[in-house]
Amino acid sequence: MDFNDTPEEAAFRAEARAWLEKTLSPATRAAFSEDEPLKAAKAYQALKAGAGYAGLTWRKSVGGRELPPIFSVIFGQEEARFQAPVGPFAIGLGMCIPTMIAFASEEQKKRYVAPALRGEEIWCQLFSEPSAGSDVAGLKTRAVRDGDDWVVNGQKVWTSGAHYSDYGILLTRTNPEKEKHKGLTMFFLDLKSPGVEVRPIHQMSGGSNFNEVYFTDVRIPDAQRLGEVGDGWNVALVTLMNERLAVGGSNGPDYAEILELARNTPAPAGRGSLLQDQAFREKLAAWYVSAEGYTLGKYRTMTALSKGQTPGPESSIGKILNANRLQDLTSAAIEAEDHFGIISDPAIAPEQAVFQASYMWAPGLRIAGGTDEILRNIIAERVLGLPQDVRVDKGVAFKDLPTGR
Amino acid sequence: MNFDFSDEQKQLQDQARRFLSERSDRGVVRSVLNDAGKSFDKDLWTAVAEMGWLGAAIPEEFGGLGLGKLELCVLAEEMGRALAPIPFSSTAYFFTEALLKGGSQAQKSAVLPQVAEGGVIGAFAISEGPGAPAPGSIQTLFDGSVLTGVKIPVTDGDIATHAVVLAREGQSLSLVLVDLRQEAVTRETLTTLDPTRGHARLTFRGARAERLGAAGEGWDLAEAVLDRAAVLIAFEQVGGAQACLDMAVDYAKGRYAFSRQIASFQAIKHKLADMYVAIEVARSNTYYGAWALSTDASELPLAAAAARVAACDAYYLASKENIQTHGGMGFTWEVDCHLFYRRAKLLSVQAGAPGVWKEKLVRRLETKNAA
Repeated sequence: MDFNDTPEEAAFRAEARAWLEKTLSPATRAAFSEDEPLKAAKAYQALKAGAGYAGLTWRKSVGGRELPPIFSVIFGQEEARFQAPVGPFAIGLGMCIPTMIAFASEEQKKRYVAPALRGEEIWCQLFSEPSAGSDVAGLKTRAVRDGDDWVVNGQKVWTSGAHYSDYGILLTRTNPEKEKHKGLTMFFLDLKSPGVEVRPIHQMSGGSNFNEVYFTDVRIPDAQRLGEVGDGWNVALVTLMNERLAVGGSNGPDYAEILELARNTPAPAGRGSLLQDQAFREKLAAWYVSAEGYTLGKYRTMTALSKGQTPGPESSIGKILNANRLQDLTSAAIEAEDHFGIISDPAIAPEQAVFQASYMWAPGLRIAGGTDEILRNIIAERVLGLPQDVRVDKGVAFKDLPTGR
Repeated sequence: MNFDFSDEQKQLQDQARRFLSERSDRGVVRSVLNDAGKSFDKDLWTAVAEMGWLGAAIPEEFGGLGLGKLELCVLAEEMGRALAPIPFSSTAYFFTEALLKGGSQAQKSAVLPQVAEGGVIGAFAISEGPGAPAPGSIQTLFDGSVLTGVKIPVTDGDIATHAVVLAREGQSLSLVLVDLRQEAVTRETLTTLDPTRGHARLTFRGARAERLGAAGEGWDLAEAVLDRAAVLIAFEQVGGAQACLDMAVDYAKGRYAFSRQIASFQAIKHKLADMYVAIEVARSNTYYGAWALSTDASELPLAAAAARVAACDAYYLASKENIQTHGGMGFTWEVDCHLFYRRAKLLSVQAGAPGVWKEKLVRRLETKNAA
């Protein structure tokens, strides 16, 4: 038992770190950040692809290096150390392009994979809808065949990055006479197609990180269909399978930040600091154990990857832990500040109001990418082997299923 | 990154699981539970000694197998899973670690070989009354050669041949090694929540004893022993909690209500998923404790505290929700759920209760962050 890289991994890490030090040195970083963040990200991605660090696990025939997944994890860890601007490409390169590689024609792969890898074209994923969230197969956006084209009408929601994306993969309903999962078909499309309208969602936190995307008589050539007509659900499963390796932390404040806050905050009893308060200390211990459980769990996943095993849905645990800890911890931090805690002005509130901001972000984290409840179902069904809930949508045409709001 | 046990260690674990599923099946556990005069299974104890497991982490020069702490960790997980009704933890974790940590060469040579072959059953005696022991609260006295006072409860104190006792010596505390087979020691068996393990009140009336380590070092030594034992106990807790989850999953799949498997209800699925999450958090923290224990790393005190807090949480949750999943049957004497519910509570207080360890954890975290 140790925490060391294998010699091969260590060599790769050193090489990656040296490249990142050079590429993201304070001087070059300053040049990046003078531009728009998106421009900076695209410039970084071009350098990364040029140096051979993009698509590490992909086949060589599509521009990858065919390395085992552990190398991708190692490069990601090093990128995180340097705060590399990789956000805009996570969904495209993590989910959309792997789907293209699996289902697009050779010609299409030649046209689309390399520009995405170089960061020239950004992709988004158009699955969720207002009435199809956790139950994404309940989506209603219709695609109707018209000659060599399909005509699409409907609405997608919670589309990350649609406002700066060039292309998207789109899951549609092509046959409402069939069962829910059997009448779906996948396409890819140019987001500049006539009839596509992207509108930002105004979140409860005040920001706008996601979009609604409306489709009005949007024409998509049949050549841009991914997989067979009616086989869209199986194509979507390939997309979603690639989501699993993207295990990320919460980026919000954690036990170390609230420990420092407590050191400088008076205790509720009026004597000493909050850090000396027994009730607070018990909570702090629990947060530490949860945070360590997540971090050390990732080490176990890395170990499995390093041995060539494929991590399973166990990684669902991480988001349940992190999202709930973030919510509880930021709530406690605000209450620790007493009346002052209501101030969310970064110029006045402790720690630039990071606790207040994360408190408003935490509810979204518990929902995005699989709600707490869906993740528990995944653990129950795929890890513990428990049966599915009784389904009322089996053997019924989609058009005959009851719909609520 | 190799944050896992080796193939050899996993083989040892498989071997232990197979062995204990035969030799420490629920019939054996219940034979100790149901017989008030019996506080461990002698045949199992002898068999475990013959496997060499009591000396797994004892160096070869003292008659052990000299394998290492990681091997002891995987054995501990299986002892916990099987609810083994033997004084394994008292002897192989607490007593052995106390000798390894505080004993002189002569003391180790005299006692550890007997531990390895099963002739010595060790106990670790700190508690004297309700509440966590504190340096100022210890009343048992040691005058350099004899011991006087009362320790209650002492796990496996009714069957132990030896005990390591925390006692007051002058102005401070010392750890003391006592052979319990002498007239100046009396033992009374105690009725406890977990009758599958023995407990006693030990009364020392001028019992011959010898110090382990230096005078005045007792509290720090005891803390060091508790850190080491906490990691090993945490493995027993993870093993026990996993057994609860396995039982609950199995029962929920086979039990029908409202004409369907109860395992198909989200109320049950989410309960079992929560158990799984708690166990995985405990497992990850416990593995880190194992690494720190096996390398004697400076991270051990913090890692041990985190392992213990997580493992106490996981076993309590798994043992109570296993009963809940079983419904009314889970509340019967005949169904095994209560065996784990009992053991979970013993293990959560035996090495110091979770509240004590949360405090230790935060204190150690403060020290680390200040460093």
